[in-house]
Amino acid sequence: MKQNLIALLCGIIFGMGLSLSQMISPNKVLNFLDITGNWDPSLIFVMIGALAVAFVSFKWILKRPAPILAENFQLSRKLSVDKSLLLGAAIFGIGWGMSGYCPGPAVTGLGLLSLESIIMVAAIYLGFFAYNRLFEQQ
Amino acid sequence: MENFTPLSATAGGVLIGVSVTLLLLFNGRIGGVSGIMNGVLFAPKNDRLWRLIFVFGLILGGFVFQLLVPDFNIPRQNYPLLLLGLGGFLVGFGTRMGGGCTSGHGICGLANLSIRSLIATLTFMAAGMITVYIIRHSLELVS
Repeated sequence: MKQNLIALLCGIIFGMGLSLSQMISPNKVLNFLDITGNWDPSLIFVMIGALAVAFVSFKWILKRPAPILAENFQLSRKLSVDKSLLLGAAIFGIGWGMSGYCPGPAVTGLGLLSLESIIMVAAIYLGFFAYNRLFEQQ
Repeated sequence: MENFTPLSATAGGVLIGVSVTLLLLFNGRIGGVSGIMNGVLFAPKNDRLWRLIFVFGLILGGFVFQLLVPDFNIPRQNYPLLLLGLGGFLVGFGTRMGGGCTSGHGICGLANLSIRSLIATLTFMAAGMITVYIIRHSLELVS
């Protein structure tokens, strides 16, 4: 129950952060990726703001034996840079550049009743489904 | 660079940093949106509810912000449907294959000094930049 409340709070704060930084405006994201055009470096500042907090806090949090409400930290155990990391990141980047949406802004845009967000979220889930079907046996 | 908004961008980034901090501190989870979204449908059944609630929170956050500051973000219209649909599919497929997106690799992974996340972030940014160059300046599909 408490974990669900934290999840709700974190989702709200995250959605507000994406809204305040205007990362939910896909053309602003495309203007960041458009380095030869009318470049808008704002996205770098979003990352700087987020990393300034998370870099310090993660270091401090991960010194704890466990999180406050759960038994353990669930972090990725993968260490190696492999083909699927590179290919997957490249495919994601192509889709990001085509649309101007990464997953967070696509979902958050649903709160603005944006038609594009509905299309994006549906297409993203199709992509998840296709990958899981092809490569993950569950 | 007349659209450059460093203050609101940094402040919004700080909020995102606070969000991923609380999620890790209390729940021990990484605030990577693609992984959370995927798990809403595809995680083990007892691991789905908090993800659905987080996603609902994102939508609520966007909704409330729009109520408080109308016209700050105006939904785009008339963008080519093919770029959205195919782009969305590739975002979903690629983030699964690469194990994360802008938040999971670009924020949480980098904050954790993960080499994998650094390589992934540089790769998707480069791929995004090349793609935008092609659709805006070579093929001129959008302006």
